[in-house]
Amino acid sequence: MTESATLQKKDFQSDQIVRWCPGCGDYAILSAVQGVMAELGVPRENIVFISGIGCSSRFPYYMNTYGFHTIHGRAPALATGVKLANPNLSVWVITGDGDGLSIGGNHLLHVLRRNIDVNILLFNNKVYGLTKGQYSPTSDQGMKTKSSPDGAIEYPINPIRVALAAEASFVARTYDANIKHMAEVFMEAAQHKGTSFVEILQNCVIFNKDVFDDVYDRKVRDDHMIHLADGEPLIFGSEEKKGVFFTGSGLTVQKISDSSPEGLMVHNSKEHAPFYPNMLASMEYPAYPVPVGVFKRIARPTYETMLHDQIKVAKQRKGDASLKKLFHAGETWDIG
Amino acid sequence: MSKTVERTLLENAIVRFSGDSGDGMQLTGTQFTTTSANLGNDIATFPDFPAEIRAPAGTVPGVSGFQIHFSSRDIHTPGDRPSVLIAMNPAALKANIDDLENGGLLIVNSDAFSKANLKKADYETNPLEDGSVERYRVIKIPITELTHRAVEETGLAKKEADRCKNFYALGIVYYLFDRNMNLTLDWINRKFAKRPEIAAANRLALIAGNSYADTTEIFTTAYSVPPASLTKGKYRSITGNQATAIGFAAAAKLAKRTLFYGSYPITPASDVLHELAALRHFDIQTFQAEDEIAAVCAAIGAAFAGSLALTGTSGPGVCLKSEAINLAIMTELPLVILNVQRAGPSTGMPTKTEQSDLLQAMFGRNGDSPVVILAPATPAECFTYAIESIRIATKYMVPVFILSDGYLANGAEPWRIPDENDLPHIPVSNVAAHSEFLPFERNPETLARGWAVPGTAGLEHRIGGLEKSDGKGNISYDPDNHERMTHYRKEKVARIAHDVPPLEVYGDETADTLILGWGGTYGSIFTAVEWLNQHGVKLAGAHFRYLNPFPANTQDIMRQYKRVIVAEINTGQLDWLIKGQFNIPTTPYQQVRGKPLLVSDLCEFIQGLK
Ligand code: SF4
Repeated sequence: MTESATLQKKDFQSDQIVRWCPGCGDYAILSAVQGVMAELGVPRENIVFISGIGCSSRFPYYMNTYGFHTIHGRAPALATGVKLANPNLSVWVITGDGDGLSIGGNHLLHVLRRNIDVNILLFNNKVYGLTKGQYSPTSDQGMKTKSSPDGAIEYPINPIRVALAAEASFVARTYDANIKHMAEVFMEAAQHKGTSFVEILQNCVIFNKDVFDDVYDRKVRDDHMIHLADGEPLIFGSEEKKGVFFTGSGLTVQKISDSSPEGLMVHNSKEHAPFYPNMLASMEYPAYPVPVGVFKRIARPTYETMLHDQIKVAKQRKGDASLKKLFHAGETWDIG
Repeated sequence: MSKTVERTLLENAIVRFSGDSGDGMQLTGTQFTTTSANLGNDIATFPDFPAEIRAPAGTVPGVSGFQIHFSSRDIHTPGDRPSVLIAMNPAALKANIDDLENGGLLIVNSDAFSKANLKKADYETNPLEDGSVERYRVIKIPITELTHRAVEETGLAKKEADRCKNFYALGIVYYLFDRNMNLTLDWINRKFAKRPEIAAANRLALIAGNSYADTTEIFTTAYSVPPASLTKGKYRSITGNQATAIGFAAAAKLAKRTLFYGSYPITPASDVLHELAALRHFDIQTFQAEDEIAAVCAAIGAAFAGSLALTGTSGPGVCLKSEAINLAIMTELPLVILNVQRAGPSTGMPTKTEQSDLLQAMFGRNGDSPVVILAPATPAECFTYAIESIRIATKYMVPVFILSDGYLANGAEPWRIPDENDLPHIPVSNVAAHSEFLPFERNPETLARGWAVPGTAGLEHRIGGLEKSDGKGNISYDPDNHERMTHYRKEKVARIAHDVPPLEVYGDETADTLILGWGGTYGSIFTAVEWLNQHGVKLAGAHFRYLNPFPANTQDIMRQYKRVIVAEINTGQLDWLIKGQFNIPTTPYQQVRGKPLLVSDLCEFIQGLK
C-alpha cells in the first residue's frame, strides 16, 4: 500500500507488446492514462481496467494493474459487479463507439443512470476498427465503408448527448491529439464520485484517417474547438476572438467587440438546469466550435453507497444474520 | 358442533381449491396446508397460477388453483388427480373438472353460476344442471349468499363481505377433513391486526362455513387423515424457490463470503430475487439488472472481485446469458447459474413446468465449453443443491448450473429444518500474494486455478475471453496451448464425478428394469416405482441430481439392468446424454404437458412394456 506515493508512469506499463497500428490515437490515450495513474496516488492493486471488444478494448493488457478484457458491449455491467463487490477499487471502463453505443448501448445507459462510481473512457473514432472498417453508430451519414458501399444510411448519435440523456453525473470530452488535455480530463473524471463519462475523439489511421482533423488539427484547433473552463466565457478563435451567445432564439457565434450583444455564455459545469449542457453538446462542427472539457458534473449519491447503506440499515433493524432465524421463519411445527 | 358424523379413515387425500384469481385460492390452499402439516400429515402442494396477471374476472384464463396432497404416510408428489375439487365459479369448474377423479367430490359455489358468469366461462348451458357433472358427487352450496349472512353483523360493504367467501369455503373443507381451525383463526388475527372488522368478518365466515357443513349434513361421509410418521424434528413448509434462496444465504455464511445475485425479473425465477432482496442484513447484494446479459455480467464482475456470484433466470434468460457464461468458463471464475425451467421454446408457457433446458445447459454455447450441471429433485432439496453449487463452483473455479423447474419452484413440502451447526463449512480462499504468482497455475488435484482478487498487492494480472497461455495467462494463439487448455477445462469438470455422491438405486434392486429420471420428476417417478412394486411389477429406480458430470458409478449401475427406462418432461434430453455417453439402449418415456409427470400414466406405460 505504501508504494503508491512513489509510483511512476512506467510502473503502469505492462510487459505486453502494444499491438495497435502505428500512428493509432490509442497510443497517446494509453500514455495519458498511465501518466494520470502515477499521479492518482491509488496503489496498483486497487485499480481495475475493464473493457469490451474492439481495438480500444485491448487496453487492459497494456496496464500493469488488474484487468478484465470481457465480451462485446458488456464492460459496464462487469464493472458494476466489480465495484459493488469492492467499492474501494478504482474501476475504469474502456470502450468504443461500437462497443459502447451499439452492442452495449443498453448497459452504458444504465450504468450512467445508476451512477456507479466507475470511469468510462469511450474512444470515438467513428468506425469499427477491429472488424476492419464498417460504419459505426457515430459514423457520418453517407460514409462509404465495406458494409456501406453506397454510403451509410443511418443518422449518427452524439455520445455526449447520449450520456446526458442517461442522467450521467459527469460528462466530458477530450481528444487524442492533446495529451495534456486528456490528462486533465481523466484526472477530473477519476476524482468525480459517480459515473464519469469521457468521450475521446480518437484517430483511426487505418479506417477513418484524420476524421477529426477539421476540428483538432493544430492549424484549425483554436478556431474550431472551444476549451471549456469553469467560470470562463465561451470565447475562442486564434486571431479574431469569437464568443458563443445565448440569445432568445438559441446559440449564436459572434465576434467579440464593443457592440457584442448581451448573453455571452460563461461556462459552469455544475449548472443544474438541464438545457445548458445539452445546448453545449449540440454544438457541432461546422456550425459551431466543438466543445471539449467537462460539460457537466453534479453531486449525486452513487449506487454502491446507497446499496451499502441499505445493508447497514438492514443490519441495524434486523439484527444479526442468524441462519437459525432464517430457517425458522414463518410457521413451524414439531414432529415426534 | 351438534351432531357427529361417521368419519372414514383415509390414508391420503388430494384437494384442489380453484376460483378466480381474485378469490384468494392460493391463500386458502396455504392455510389448509399449514393446518394439515401441523396436524402431522406429510404434504406436497402445487399451485397453478393463471398466465395473466389480471385476466378478466370470471374467465378461464383468470382461474387460479392450489392443489394439496396430504397423507398419513410418506408422499412425494402433489398427486395426479384431486379427489375433492372446490370450484368457486363456472370458469374454475371448466378449467379443473377434467382432472377430478371419477366419483370425486365436487363442491361448488352455486351462487356464482349466474347466466353472466356461465357466459364468461363459455358455457352454453349450466353444467350443474345439464348432466355434465353426473360422474361426480356434487355438493352445491350458495357460498356467496351464506358468507354475506355470516358477516352481516360486521357491517362490511358488500364487496368486502364478498371477499370472505374463500374462508367460508375453507371452513367447509376443514369440517370435511376434521381439521382444527385455530391456526387459521390465529393467522387471521395477525394478518388483519390493523383492520379488526376484516379480521372479524373472516373469522365469522370460516366458523360459519364449518358449522354449516356440520349442521346441514351436506356430506354423507366425512373423512379424517391421521398424522404420518415423519422423522422427528422441527418442520416448516418450503417451496423450491424459498429453499434455493435460503440455501444460497446459508452457503454465503458457510463460505464466509459476500453473496452477489444478479437477476432480471422472469417467471418463475423472480421469487428467488425477492427472497434474497429481503436478506440485505446477510450482506447479500441483489442487483436487478437492465437485462439478462447485464445480470450475468455483473455477477461475473463480482466473482472476479471475490464475491460468491450467482445469476438466476429461466430458459429464455439463459439463451441471452450464454456468451457471458462462456466468459466465466474461459476466465475460470466461479459462477452459479440458476435456471428455473419453464415450458419452452421461446416464451413458451411461462407459468408451466418443463425440464427441457438440460441440453441447453450442456451444450448451449460456442466452443467446447463444459459446465457443471446439478438438478435438485424436490422443493426442499433446492436448499442442499444451492449450497452444493457454491461448493463446486468455488472449489473448481467453474460455472455451475442449477436446473430447478416451475414445479419445484412453486411446489411446497415439509422441510425438516437443519441445525445450522451441522452444515458443512465451505472452504474458500484467495491466492495470497507471492512473487511467483501465475494466473493460470492449477491445483494438481482439482485442476482449478487460484482465485486472485483485485485489491491484493503483487497479483495484478489480466484475464479475458481470449485464449490464454497455460500458467502465465498471456493471450495465446499457439495450437498446442489451445489444445492443452481445452482439455484442462474439460478434465476439470470430468474430475468432479469423483467428488459427488454415487448414484443410488431405490425400489426393487433385483428387478431387470431400471427407471432413470432427473431433477423435479423424482416425486412422480418414485411414487410410480413404489406403486408398481406393490402391485407385482419388479422395478428399480435411480435419480440423477448430478447431470454433468454424471456420478462415477453411473455406467456400472446401468449395466446391471436389462432395460433402462428414461423418464422426463421433454422429448428425450437425458436420454440423449445417456445414449451419447454410455452407448446403451434405452426405453424413453416422455410427457410434455407443462405439468408434473402423471404417475398413473407412467405406471400404465411401464405395465404395458413387453
Ligand atoms: S484499426 Fe484503427 S483504431 Fe484499430 S488499432 Fe488500427 S488505427 Fe487504431
